[in-house]
Amino acid sequence: MSILVYIENVEGNFKKSGFEALSYAKAIADTLQQEVYALSIGNVENTELEKAGKYGASKIINVQQEQLKNFVNQAYASIIADIAKSTGASTIILSNSFSGKGLAPRVATKLNAGLADAATSLPIIEGETWKIKKTVFSSKAIATIDLLSPLKVISLAPNAYEPSESPSDIQIENYTPKIEQSDFSTIIKEIVRATDKVSLPEADIVVSAGRGMKGPEHWGLVEELADVLGAATACSKPVSDAGWRPHEEHVGQTGLAVSPNLYIAIGISGAIQHLAGVSSSKTIVVINKDPEAPFFKVADYGIVGDAFEIVPQLIEALKRYKSN
Amino acid sequence: MKILVCISNVPDTTSKITFTDNNTAFNSNGIQYIINPYDELALSKAVELADGGKANVTVIHVGDVASEPTIRKALAVGADQAVRIDAPPRDAWFVANQIATYAKTENFDLILTGRESIDYNGAQVQAYIAELLQIPSVSIAKRIEINGNEATIDREIEGGKEVLTVNLPVVIGTAEGVAEVKIPNMRGIMGARSKPLTVLPAVDVPALSTISNYETPTPRGAVTLIDKDNINKLVELLHTEAKVI
Ligand SMILES: Cc1cc2nc3c(=O)[nH]c(=O)nc-3n(C[C@H](O)[C@H](O)[C@H](O)COP(=O)(O)OP(=O)(O)OC[C@H]3O[C@@H](n4cnc5c(N)ncnc54)[C@H](O)[C@@H]3O)c2cc1C
Ligand SMILES: Nc1ncnc2c1ncn2[C@@H]1O[C@H](COP(=O)(O)O)[C@@H](O)[C@H]1O
Repeated sequence: MSILVYIENVEGNFKKSGFEALSYAKAIADTLQQEVYALSIGNVENTELEKAGKYGASKIINVQQEQLKNFVNQAYASIIADIAKSTGASTIILSNSFSGKGLAPRVATKLNAGLADAATSLPIIEGETWKIKKTVFSSKAIATIDLLSPLKVISLAPNAYEPSESPSDIQIENYTPKIEQSDFSTIIKEIVRATDKVSLPEADIVVSAGRGMKGPEHWGLVEELADVLGAATACSKPVSDAGWRPHEEHVGQTGLAVSPNLYIAIGISGAIQHLAGVSSSKTIVVINKDPEAPFFKVADYGIVGDAFEIVPQLIEALKRYKSN
Repeated sequence: MKILVCISNVPDTTSKITFTDNNTAFNSNGIQYIINPYDELALSKAVELADGGKANVTVIHVGDVASEPTIRKALAVGADQAVRIDAPPRDAWFVANQIATYAKTENFDLILTGRESIDYNGAQVQAYIAELLQIPSVSIAKRIEINGNEATIDREIEGGKEVLTVNLPVVIGTAEGVAEVKIPNMRGIMGARSKPLTVLPAVDVPALSTISNYETPTPRGAVTLIDKDNINKLVELLHTEAKVI
């Protein structure tokens, strides 16, 4: 038996979350003494495909077809399910990315498998029952999902599992799937990607700012800090509601949930709805002029003071640190 | 055009979340329920598309009688009728099967859900429904335009967006940007009382998973405050203690 890991690529480059999923799969495979097979769909070069070997896959199935160049969830789901069947996979792992969310339930349905979505822990394996954790109620609680079905689908939360290298010899197997035209009803017209920016859902470091920044004209400061750190930028809801920043930067209960290694909150009060989307960040730094701001209660490090004084100094301090 | 909007009932965002039965069940005691905020967007978009008669909007909810106030609120916003599948919403797979079973009998052109529910944050119901009905789906839509039989949708992707078109029927998960949230007015609230609400029994769905335990996250230690005249200290701590830079 084997574990099948679907790895997403962006313009031919595997996403970091794919290596997280591979490492996660490798850890399970080692306990079960199974093989890890990777699956790539899209136009990915051999040198990139071989990278799956670094994280423990013994084989990568490469599906490369013009029609499958871009993500189409129905077609991708059919291919993943078919390959799961033909390789005798007991477990299918993918990442809970924006595309993964549309994919995992379809794959699970096709295989009549239980789905553990947004997993944050390795499974505890008790015979056929696998116990896997996920955060629920907007990070206010953690639930243990018991997967009961023989076949299992797990979508791994981004940043939840550290990729670790476990080199193995990898064989590339090219595969041409049978595809049904009915799986191609969505037609992509355009893909718009801000290539110069770190993508927020996957960022290791996020610099986020709220109404305390007073207006969009001051975001240069936020961006400069993000640049020094190689971070993505984010904001509170009122900031995107006011049009100071685009909606996709809005984090919290009604925005994006993120869990970077470092979240820096500038001029954000720390309302419960905001915290819902950021409280599972590993380290939180809060800069706020109000010592009573609720955000300090959930922060690891805090500076009480005016952001317009502190942020420029922090940028300078970081530049000095980076040049050493 | 016939539109189905899937509505979930979630604890108000400020609710304190606790558990009972030895941490195996959610404690709904004293919880104030609201329409899931993303479902409000879906509903508002449906009502906007209907624009007083251009489409017929049904809301569906899987849940027990206690959630009828939420359903009435959806009717007050402007849905034409409601369906409640009478069973506790055990999990996304169960809920999606109920909705798909109902939808099979009605031929909806458009099925809208929220991008995810803010309680279990699964974002699963939408793709499950689509797969069960064998129709296309778009998981996180920020803009939806309908032209005849074709929908044009902006789908959120990491670091950008994808613009796509698809022929109806389609299942779409809605996110911020699709519509302005509509607040019910007095006429809506009065009218909602007499709109049809049909209660249907649930179909049997074997469980593939179950939640066996809940816990609350371990609280962070107390904050380390750093003097604003000593910013270097922060950089040092981030490097040596937190090890994040
Ligand atoms: C149903 C619902 C859903 C919601 N969803 C979200 C969500 O997803 N995300 C979200 O963010 N919010 C959400 N909110 C809104 C949330 O309740 C808060 O209103 C919002 O987070 C506040 O944003 P803020 O902290 O930027 O602004 P404010 O609350 O106005 O806080 C500004 C902060 O900046 C500080 N400040 C001011 N000037 C300076 C300065 N010069 N230097 C340093 N600090 C300064 C102030 O002390 C204050 O703490 C939601 C609300 C509801 C009801
Ligand atoms: N009990 C329910 N009844 C009807 N629709 C639901 C229910 N639960 C979830 N949904 C819909 O499915 C969407 C996604 O929910 P989830 O998969 O739980 O994150 C929600 O935004 C709703 O539109």
